[in-house]
Amino acid sequence: MIVPVSYYLVLSAILFGLGVVAFVFKRNVITVFMSIELMLNAVNLAFVAFARAHNQLDGLVFVFFVIVVAAAEAAVGLAIIIMLARNRESLNVERVNLLKF
Amino acid sequence: MEFISQHPVLVVSIVKIAVLLFVVMTALAYLTWLERKVIAHIQARWGPYYVGAHGLLQPLADGLKFLFKEDVTPPVSDRLVYTLAPFLALSLALTAIALIPFGPPSVTVLGQPVLVVANINIGFLFLFAITSMGVYGVALAGWSSNSKYPLMGGLRSSAQMISYEVSLTISVVGVLLLAGTLNFNDLIAGQSGYYLHFIPRWHIFPQIIGFLCYLTAAIAETNRIPFDLPEAETELVAGFHTEYSSFKFAMFFMAEYANMITVSCLATILFLGGWLSPFPDSWKWQLFLPGVGLVALGIYCLVDTVTTMRGIARLQFAVVTLLCLGGGLLVLAPAAASLHGAAPWIATVNAGIQGVFWFTTKILAILFFYIWMRGTLPRFRYDQLMSFGWKLLLPVSLANLVVTSAVVLYFMMKGPG
Amino acid sequence: MNLPFILFFVFALLAVAGAVMLILAREPIHSALALILVMISLAVIYLLLGAEFIAAVQIIVYAGAVMVLFVFVIMLLNMGLEERTDFSKLAKYAGMPLGFVLLLEIAHWMFHSQIGAAIANGPEPATAFSTVELSKQLFRPYLLPFEATSILILIAILGALVLARKEE
Repeated sequence: MIVPVSYYLVLSAILFGLGVVAFVFKRNVITVFMSIELMLNAVNLAFVAFARAHNQLDGLVFVFFVIVVAAAEAAVGLAIIIMLARNRESLNVERVNLLKF
Repeated sequence: MEFISQHPVLVVSIVKIAVLLFVVMTALAYLTWLERKVIAHIQARWGPYYVGAHGLLQPLADGLKFLFKEDVTPPVSDRLVYTLAPFLALSLALTAIALIPFGPPSVTVLGQPVLVVANINIGFLFLFAITSMGVYGVALAGWSSNSKYPLMGGLRSSAQMISYEVSLTISVVGVLLLAGTLNFNDLIAGQSGYYLHFIPRWHIFPQIIGFLCYLTAAIAETNRIPFDLPEAETELVAGFHTEYSSFKFAMFFMAEYANMITVSCLATILFLGGWLSPFPDSWKWQLFLPGVGLVALGIYCLVDTVTTMRGIARLQFAVVTLLCLGGGLLVLAPAAASLHGAAPWIATVNAGIQGVFWFTTKILAILFFYIWMRGTLPRFRYDQLMSFGWKLLLPVSLANLVVTSAVVLYFMMKGPG
Repeated sequence: MNLPFILFFVFALLAVAGAVMLILAREPIHSALALILVMISLAVIYLLLGAEFIAAVQIIVYAGAVMVLFVFVIMLLNMGLEERTDFSKLAKYAGMPLGFVLLLEIAHWMFHSQIGAAIANGPEPATAFSTVELSKQLFRPYLLPFEATSILILIAILGALVLARKEE
């Protein structure tokens, strides 16, 4: 008996949901960023699970690209966060409100 | 008995892991002994001499000291991270050794190859995955110690490690292009055969630049002299492990030496032909080399016991002599028997002994080179270190990769034959 | 209850525990460590799915480089915020149970629908995904995205360097 692919999809959904919860409710900018990475990881898991289900490699290629793009995004995002921390002296998401209505 | 025959993989794996753990811990301890002796002789002094004959019980004394020292925990900012860091460092370093093949995969017990704990198809990538996680031990230790010197040391050390990791990986890709596989056993098997019938086809000959880049990056990656500014005593007290004492410090210490052993094993497998012997197979006298070597060591120890040792050291060294001579004779027996056509299991045992002997010799050669560098060279300043890593080593590795891939492509296009 | 099942449940539990610790942790460094735990458990799950290369890339790139970047930034900007995730009362008492019910419905659909079943319960392929085949896919059909991502990385490096430089 193998582990059915649907189990992996449910795990991916749970992780994605937890990532969304963390994104909405956390106040530290870096933690919000980490929740984005969690969501990307959940999506990667779904891709790999489907690649196994259809037995094709295209899912894995897409996962590769998602990982690379996430790494590039993390680098630039963290640089922006460093600048934010330097200029606003705080890492609170609610303090980044210069463009607020 | 039923259990053993029904679950051979599980039982053999557990035994292999236990034996490997024991062997690696002993090897770590005696690597510290070797280092102290070699550096001492480079500096025209004796090194450990009194604790046991020729200082051979010094590692035991050091281990006991670490166990019994008082465990001082400074007012750290974060207790969980402070305790986690050395465990992380040591467990990662020991996990990496599980992937290394110490001998030919044909040596099997109950159908499972015994000289490698885990033979993974992408073994090489996994080894790099584990070494790239090693940065965490250093960074977390430095940060959680709540003190200036560890923080500076930890940040510098981890920045150095991640910089040289890039050059480490790229300098090896040339070898992978030549071999076409990521599996360690296949990498070693691809290095068998001889140019001109007596020069072995090791990857060091076409990839000499890759080898030098790899060795330099590996020395930087394991934070050894000449790249050890982040943990030098005159610069940063002790770097990221300043605030650690007794057993946690011992764990960092062991993790550093285990990392050294791992990168030496990797250099041996990738460039020096792993457990293959440098002599062609037709030279049958090479089968006696391990035994003769051990017996020669035993004779030297015998002469030393009789002439210069006194008192209890004489007793201890007599034991060492007997062990060497006994081991030598034990190893000579399968070699001689396999030459005169004996049972196949004797041939397998002999192949295993030969493989392990050559592997250990090559690792010891590289470790000796490491220790030699430590005793000889001054250390780099931090900015010199970083500019060396990014501005010299990385372009050289990339150039090596480009040239290697061009040559491989040329030979592929030319076609076979 | 054979070995793949046990491994899947253990590492799925670890992944979910890590994600929950990410939400509930007070210090950002603990959230980062929890996320590293999630990534490593996911790498093991990729191994269970036969994607060996992706598991190795996940550990090398994600757990070994991206998270190191996060940990460095958290250490350097040591403005550790006392994280009190302030859930409003509505969210706590109505939102979370409803969200849980939504999750159960999705799981029910996934386990019992006809479309899902054909994909989900097919036969297990005998071998893992081959790294050689994957690299052939990357360098032949998907060559353009591959080169585009390398330019993307170059842009990211330049961007990060420019943004994080001190004003002189």
